[in-house]
Amino acid sequence: MTVTITTAGEPAAGGADGTYDVTVVGAGVVGTAIARELAGYRLRTALVDASDDIGSGTSKANTAILHTGFDAVPDSLEARLVREGHHRLTAYAARTGIPVERVGALLVAWDADQLALLPRLLAKAGRNGYHAARIIGADELEKREPHLGPGALGALEVPDESIICPWTTPLAFATQAVRAGVHLHLNCRVLDVADEPGVHALTTSRGMLRTRYLVNAAGLYADEIDRLLGHEVFTVTPRRGQLIVFDKLARELVGHILLPVPTAAGKGVLVAPTVFGNVLLGPTSEELDDRTATGSTADGLHLLRERGRRILPALIDEEVTAVYAGLRAATGQEDYRIQEYPTQRYVAVGGIRSTGLTASMAIAAHVTGLLARTGLELGAPRRLPPVTVPNLGEAFPRPYRRADLIAKDPAYGTLVCHCEHVTLGEIRDALSSTVPPRSLDGLRRRTRAHGGRCQGFYCGAAVRALFEEAQE
Amino acid sequence: MTRIERTVDVLIVGAGPAGLAAGAELAAAGAGRIEILEREQEPGGIPRHCHHSGFGGRFTRGGMDGPAYARRSAAAAVRAGAGLRTGVTVTGWAGPRTVETTGPGGLERITAGAVVLATGARERPRSARLVPGSRPPGVHTTGELQQAVHLYGQRIGTRAVVIGDEPVAHAAVDTLRAAGVHVVAVVTDRPAAPLRVRQRLPLLTGATVTGLTGRTRLSGVSLRHDDGRTTTLRCDTVVFTGDFVPDHELARRGGITLDPGTRGPAYDAAYRTSRPGVFAVGNLLHAVERAGVAADEGRAVAVSVLHRLSGTDEPFGGGRPLVVDAPLRWVAPNLTGPGGARPLGDRFVLRTARRLSRPLLVVSQDGRELHRQRLLLPAVPGRPFHLAAGWLDRVDPHGSPVRITAL
Repeated sequence: MTVTITTAGEPAAGGADGTYDVTVVGAGVVGTAIARELAGYRLRTALVDASDDIGSGTSKANTAILHTGFDAVPDSLEARLVREGHHRLTAYAARTGIPVERVGALLVAWDADQLALLPRLLAKAGRNGYHAARIIGADELEKREPHLGPGALGALEVPDESIICPWTTPLAFATQAVRAGVHLHLNCRVLDVADEPGVHALTTSRGMLRTRYLVNAAGLYADEIDRLLGHEVFTVTPRRGQLIVFDKLARELVGHILLPVPTAAGKGVLVAPTVFGNVLLGPTSEELDDRTATGSTADGLHLLRERGRRILPALIDEEVTAVYAGLRAATGQEDYRIQEYPTQRYVAVGGIRSTGLTASMAIAAHVTGLLARTGLELGAPRRLPPVTVPNLGEAFPRPYRRADLIAKDPAYGTLVCHCEHVTLGEIRDALSSTVPPRSLDGLRRRTRAHGGRCQGFYCGAAVRALFEEAQE
Repeated sequence: MTRIERTVDVLIVGAGPAGLAAGAELAAAGAGRIEILEREQEPGGIPRHCHHSGFGGRFTRGGMDGPAYARRSAAAAVRAGAGLRTGVTVTGWAGPRTVETTGPGGLERITAGAVVLATGARERPRSARLVPGSRPPGVHTTGELQQAVHLYGQRIGTRAVVIGDEPVAHAAVDTLRAAGVHVVAVVTDRPAAPLRVRQRLPLLTGATVTGLTGRTRLSGVSLRHDDGRTTTLRCDTVVFTGDFVPDHELARRGGITLDPGTRGPAYDAAYRTSRPGVFAVGNLLHAVERAGVAADEGRAVAVSVLHRLSGTDEPFGGGRPLVVDAPLRWVAPNLTGPGGARPLGDRFVLRTARRLSRPLLVVSQDGRELHRQRLLLPAVPGRPFHLAAGWLDRVDPHGSPVRITAL
């Protein structure tokens, strides 16, 4: 199958009548997962995104946790899809090489009130079908996490909470979808949707695109797309989460995902290892009205450092590698807003917040089922081409440690980014991959190059030179 | 996993001024097989991209530029008989004096009689300084800027703001101007110095960076002035300069004790670290000194390494730590010893966190004053000042840490 990715010109369809069977709006982790699921059928599918890369909105800036769903609202759609998504994505990650580390979570009680809440949280986990959690006392907690600040009284242990790579997950979905024939149109913002007989006519920033069925997975803009179809069901209120990434040398300070006991104000600030070998502190939770406000603030960073100092005092003395902020697509309802409209041949996928990464594959299967109920004939399923993604995880052998790879190609022994041990071979692979990066940021998300503690002091110019050479 | 096992007499990590000078000196002294490993493709360290004069002034009247100095230092090491391998990265330790490496030729495990760490220093980037705001392209350190301009000829931008006013900030301004970039301002949070020499710089004193703005490209740098005013400087490029930090990853991964002030390995006048047979030199010890100082340390470590190789070195651990009181930030070396050894140039290097007008430095141990010394010039953040070492023989080898206070 030929690979079709366009970034300019009319987003024309591949079919004879110029009409797609299905178009998915939004190439985040949810949109790419849906496109990949649809690629498993003989359909002409398009995946469109307003930005120049996949996974470049909410999906790139989250806490990168593969949740069990132990703390979801029981019997909600989110609870079911997170639980199911956890199993699906765990298996998919093993097949494709997306790094996952099952580090486990400890929900730490810092006072008597919080300690008293643990049994209730344990029972809630049970109602969510998760039975491996247990409550541990202060002594065991200290043994497990010796660097924890003073005053921790006990914890709920959730051994299956895992950390995952947030960048290669949508990359794997998109790569597999595109290789199976899905058309990916980037820089393609949907401006209007007109109803023609049996067809949605999308006016995009690059011209017209016609499709019989439409899936709205536009994340922070899902309500706007929904309104274009005449619905006034929900409004996305961006909830900003600022995060601090600490140096790899801090990794030994923490073994588990350290969660606070949730309050009415939200899930609170956590400390967690990342698959890249760093330590994450965050997120804040700020209701905003600007869907582009992905900047950090002095107040936010101050608050995180205050919280972090209590949880893991030694962390605050470590060097900071990166600071970022992401926006969750909150809709004022504590559940996903996935809704099918049979007469419109349309499915809205709204309100997918921090659990979206975990639930992505289950959401995709669910949405595909809804499309079928809406009248889309899926036909017989077919096998998708196998995909492997580059390993960005520190717990698995990276190319610079692999004598076999280097023997075959010395480029895997030539380090370009020293902080992250990224080799020339990996950068070349990313630049010539199925879904290549279109910016230095995109290259960073595919290789980790330029993302380490020096932030380009050593490698910035060299990485830029390789990127620019590939654009010529 | 197959690794080639090799043994050398001395392994030097880093081919900057300090590492190359150590290699040249040790090879000339007949210390056996000397190998210098450099992870960059070219040797020379930071001077490779410092296109300004003032390097190597001791030997060449008037000095030379950085690249010439880098080439000359590398050539001198090789000529003396040191092995120099570039494009080879030390990725970790496999024993007390055994390192693992990655290079295009494969993976190695190299064991040495002595290891000299010369891994240098880097500028803290914007993120480590916790400067809030958006994360657009156009944000650099001086190191990245110089490489982009001088090694790769890349386009930078049109209007730049430089953060910091240490000497490296002036180098950044020169590089920006050489690249045709208009320098809007050089911003420092320090107060205007009373007797600052008028410079050819649009210097903004008493201003703190409060944030960066811009989405697809940097559009401005927001400042808060000491009098409470806030402003935004319109620009598409910002360079964070100075605030050097030792590149101590290898030292720390090896469990080597670090000094809390310098953040480099704790070391004594013989450049010994807490790990026997592992020495440290150059800006890894005290970010950041001139290339000439780093090279002097590289030459000086040779004597200690030779003692180590011939088994005539004194055991480590007899020294007393040196500690400083705020506003002093650190002292280097930060351990006494071995024996009555004096540091390079018979003086200690110090840094201060804020400007001190002709401070009185007092050295004491267990309440006993060992030395007092009035500085003739002000001590300024980001620049070294010195303390004479003549009092070292009065240190009680069994006493508490030696304390240095500025009055």
